[in-house]
Amino acid sequence: MSGYRLLPFRFLRFDDARTLAVNEAGEFLFVAHDDFARFVRRELSPNTDVYLDLKAKHFLFDSDSAVPFELLATKIRTKKSFLGGFTSLHLFVVSLRCEHSCSYCQVSRVSSDRTRYDMSEETARRALDLVFRSPAPLLKIELQGGEPLLNFERVRQIIVDARERAERERRAIEFVVTTNLALLDDAMLAFFREYGVCLSTSLDGPAALHDANRPRPGNDSHARTLDGVRRAREALGPDRVAALMTTTRASLQMPEEIVDEYVRHGFTSIFLRPLSPYGFALRSARANGYTTREFLDFYVRALDRIIAINAAGTRLVESYAQLLLTRMLTPFATGYVDLQSPAGAGIGAVVYNYDGDVYASDEARMLAEMHDRRFLLGNAHRDRYETIFGGATLRTIVESSVAESILGCADCAFLPWCGADPVYHYATTGDLVPHVPTSAFHEKNFFLIRHLLSLLERDTTARDVFWSWLREEAVPLQAEVA
Amino acid sequence: MKLHELARVSGVERTLIGRVTRTPLADARARADAWLLVDDSVLPCDPRDYLGILAIGEPPHVENVPLAHGLRQLAYLDDGDVVAVDPFGNVRALYRRASQHNFILVTEQCNSLCLMCSQPPKAHDDSDRLVEHFRHIDLIDPATAELGITGGEPTLFRDGFLALIARCKERLPSTALHVLTNGRLFYYRRFAEKLGAIAHPDLVLGIPLYSDVDTLHDHIVQARGAFEETVLGLHHLDRYGVRIELRVVLHALTIPRLGRLAEFIARNLPFAAHVAFMGLEMVGLVHQHLDELWIDPADYQRELVDATSIIRNAGMSASVYNHQLCVLAPRLRPLARKSISDWKNVYLPQCNGCSTLGACGGFFQSGTKIRSRAIQALA
Ligand code: SF4
Ligand code: SF4
Repeated sequence: MSGYRLLPFRFLRFDDARTLAVNEAGEFLFVAHDDFARFVRRELSPNTDVYLDLKAKHFLFDSDSAVPFELLATKIRTKKSFLGGFTSLHLFVVSLRCEHSCSYCQVSRVSSDRTRYDMSEETARRALDLVFRSPAPLLKIELQGGEPLLNFERVRQIIVDARERAERERRAIEFVVTTNLALLDDAMLAFFREYGVCLSTSLDGPAALHDANRPRPGNDSHARTLDGVRRAREALGPDRVAALMTTTRASLQMPEEIVDEYVRHGFTSIFLRPLSPYGFALRSARANGYTTREFLDFYVRALDRIIAINAAGTRLVESYAQLLLTRMLTPFATGYVDLQSPAGAGIGAVVYNYDGDVYASDEARMLAEMHDRRFLLGNAHRDRYETIFGGATLRTIVESSVAESILGCADCAFLPWCGADPVYHYATTGDLVPHVPTSAFHEKNFFLIRHLLSLLERDTTARDVFWSWLREEAVPLQAEVA
Repeated sequence: MKLHELARVSGVERTLIGRVTRTPLADARARADAWLLVDDSVLPCDPRDYLGILAIGEPPHVENVPLAHGLRQLAYLDDGDVVAVDPFGNVRALYRRASQHNFILVTEQCNSLCLMCSQPPKAHDDSDRLVEHFRHIDLIDPATAELGITGGEPTLFRDGFLALIARCKERLPSTALHVLTNGRLFYYRRFAEKLGAIAHPDLVLGIPLYSDVDTLHDHIVQARGAFEETVLGLHHLDRYGVRIELRVVLHALTIPRLGRLAEFIARNLPFAAHVAFMGLEMVGLVHQHLDELWIDPADYQRELVDATSIIRNAGMSASVYNHQLCVLAPRLRPLARKSISDWKNVYLPQCNGCSTLGACGGFFQSGTKIRSRAIQALA
């Protein structure tokens, strides 16, 4: 063949000088506007570096070699490999009760009525039957609440049963308990140790902020959390306890303090999460709420601090940036259900509520607590696996969340790194498909991807830190020789 | 250290391959496989049921026993080494038990003709060597830690190559095999599948990739379509569970796109366990293409730092071979490995007093004339 032909790609005018080109597998290249214009008009000379760059990254092909097609196919298959295993993450709401009364908490109840809000033994068994129908090569069971330790008997039963079944069926299984740690005692720790359970907790920042966000009797949530973290690390190992933070209006002013608090207490990762627009969070929006723009300003300041800390030799990964960067810079797939296409709701993760109701995601469950049962997939007592996981509700969720077919996303240069979150879109607009120009989901991801790209482009320290987050080793390569 | 010497022979009617022994052997079957090595005309035992006698000094006289004598260069041979003696008097050390660098040169033929080939291929059919290779494998010590399989292009014998790997698995189950191949024949999926099916417990293929674009790679290996064959071959090998190490030779043609090549590897070949960046060896065809290939290593340190960082950031390991330590950027020195041979290295007058003399690979004997301007003893 003479000349060259184009392969599928997306593009964006990135700045005054350069166009960003992204191929279907998410590999990207910055090209001068002139060169880009020549490239699409098929006037680029084969002797130029930009021609070779575009060819090697599979934006064009100029022979009948099978290489570009075979490699692109393999890379796209790898990026979409999260689909192959089907539902891997199974969340159990073992109790809706909690002794905290956090202002942003979506659904939990301060109540002593065990029969009403705790998962029963029978419900847990039925839910486990569903879990083990999943074909996923690795099963992850996450026990949450409310506060799951208020129903520790159920936690124990689920973990013991699941482990035994996994051994019998020779399947890999992992356990996480999401808890505020306030009720954690030695017997529980011994049990978690025996079963290799990881703990995930909440830490919003310094004591004043954390305790204001998370009231409980005695107002000692921060102290109790850190005490729990210390004891859990001692019993389970330092890497078995992770923390998540939720950004409230009060957090916006103190990104540096929040980050420093994580470093001070020896965490190696932090997840800067915005409030989710569900449950009680919506009702308390006036007190807690802020615009997406305000959150992003907060995020950028916090990220700057995090980068500086890493560059100085202390590892602290920001989990959302790490997720985006993995999608942008590596050939591998990620399993984060809220940022993939199609979305992972139901097909990547699923929630078993205390009463046996099965929801496509935790957000879907919260919506149901607000009396909208749009994403109820079925009930563990009444429905079969096939109806729950093959029914119309889940099919609709999947069909509506193929970002490649969403207006706006379909032509977006960032699509291979982005995704869709139909439950979020529905909760905020009433439609499973986003209206891109006004979507906060879009605003956040578009901004963050662009921000990470410009850091990668102009800030070698940030670039080195980002790459170190994608490796196992602790320090950026630059710091190695220092 | 010489591996070959011309000796005077008598009674050798075909190539005889055997294990060297200096001490008399009790086991009759072991004697039949053994060359009895003597330093002078005094024999330590009755040699009649040995494979033959290798004599360093004066030849002893024994009727009807093959003899090779007059050896000088090969006087270092010792128990357990394997030698081949042919009717013309060629004595070749095939295997030295004390060496870390034993290999089987499967064939001298090749389907590529790399501009910098250190052992230019020969055209004649040498498939009759296979018989010798099998015997070679049967005779070497099963305690050998590592064995190289090289060429030429060792896969050219196809089923013969597969049979060699299978034989190694059977006879030398705890010996790591390191195969140097251009990987082109694994373009044929079935061939890769058959190699995978042997399930050798400790096998790595070292496969060169010189560019992220086909035209440049094909030019360097002087074979059209080689890039396509190698790249698709690599994917086939991965599919069948064969471990891969990539090898990149650094010269004036590979340096300009070295970073792009590293990106290509990280994105398209992330299953490769290791990427080796090799300095140009000043032997073989290099001399004919020196104008096209030569670049002072001092002038590509930045490119090499970038490329190794890209590889390591992608979670693969990177190492640097065939470089004098003083020429390498300080942050590359921890990645430097001594070159794979243990006898051809020499040092220069400039090296006197260098603090890294022990760790540095120095120079190939043939490579001291054309060298980096940056050679300088390190403090
Ligand atoms: S949500 Fe926005 S950033 Fe993400 S793919 Fe759609 S248009 Fe692009
Ligand atoms: S001076 Fe000689 S021994 Fe020292 S690093 Fe350079 S080449 Fe090696």
